[in-house]
Amino acid sequence: MDAPFLAATESPVIEQETRSREKLDLPWQVVVHNDPVNLMTYVTMVFQKVFGFSREKAEKHMLEVHRDGRSIVWSGLRERAELYVQQLHGYLLLATLERTY
Amino acid sequence: MEVRQHAGVLEISEIDPFLAELLRQVPESTKAEGVEAAERRLFSLPAETKETELCAEWKVYVEPELRRLFQTATETVVADLEPLNGNSKPFANCTLRIPLAHAEAWLNALNQARLVIASKYGFTESELCDHYRSPIGSRRDLSLFQVNFYGFLQEFILQETHGGSSDSTSKGEQ
Repeated sequence: MDAPFLAATESPVIEQETRSREKLDLPWQVVVHNDPVNLMTYVTMVFQKVFGFSREKAEKHMLEVHRDGRSIVWSGLRERAELYVQQLHGYLLLATLERTY
Repeated sequence: MEVRQHAGVLEISEIDPFLAELLRQVPESTKAEGVEAAERRLFSLPAETKETELCAEWKVYVEPELRRLFQTATETVVADLEPLNGNSKPFANCTLRIPLAHAEAWLNALNQARLVIASKYGFTESELCDHYRSPIGSRRDLSLFQVNFYGFLQEFILQETHGGSSDSTSKGEQ
């Protein structure tokens, strides 16, 4: 008769999952870093393709990367941010995820 | 060298034997194996190293997908380069035809090659901007020329596929 009672007390595992869920919901940002090899026109094209930016907006971020060494191109939920970084790596851009908290 | 887009094909004609050889070397140049700096660059970390869990998961789940993506792009380029291997007149100029549907694969493979070569030789930003250095001199100079030639091709492909023109012709300086 003890077994069902013990099983019920093992619920703290769910608490851990809740914390992870909260972590995933906190905002992250996608940062693109400068790279002397990638062409400016190529970086602009990638921003347009991945984020659907207008040419002007894509060029603004590309120039920010070139001039300041980095540009925050997106911020939001971690899962989506990971997907964007994966896409950017697929285009061989130097991109990272950063916490905003 | 002349570049022309027509009926869904990007045609690069009048390629002299030296540039044709550099083109044949694109697939081989994408290989980063054994060069740690090149491997690190192609498969860069997704976050700061302190994000250990994220970086570890990335290596297991995302990196293999990226490897497959890069491999597929290189295989497309290998197939498009095949006509260049059967040239009966070895010193004649030749023509390369890239279907527009393969443009992304070419941009990717050329980028892989440029990044791998640049990582191998540790080229500086000012070296990469030196478009007038002669390829004759050292292996390093030749490799720098190769990086810039591949960049020049990328510019052409981008111009033809994302520059807004439908049928056009342009001449290169290489």
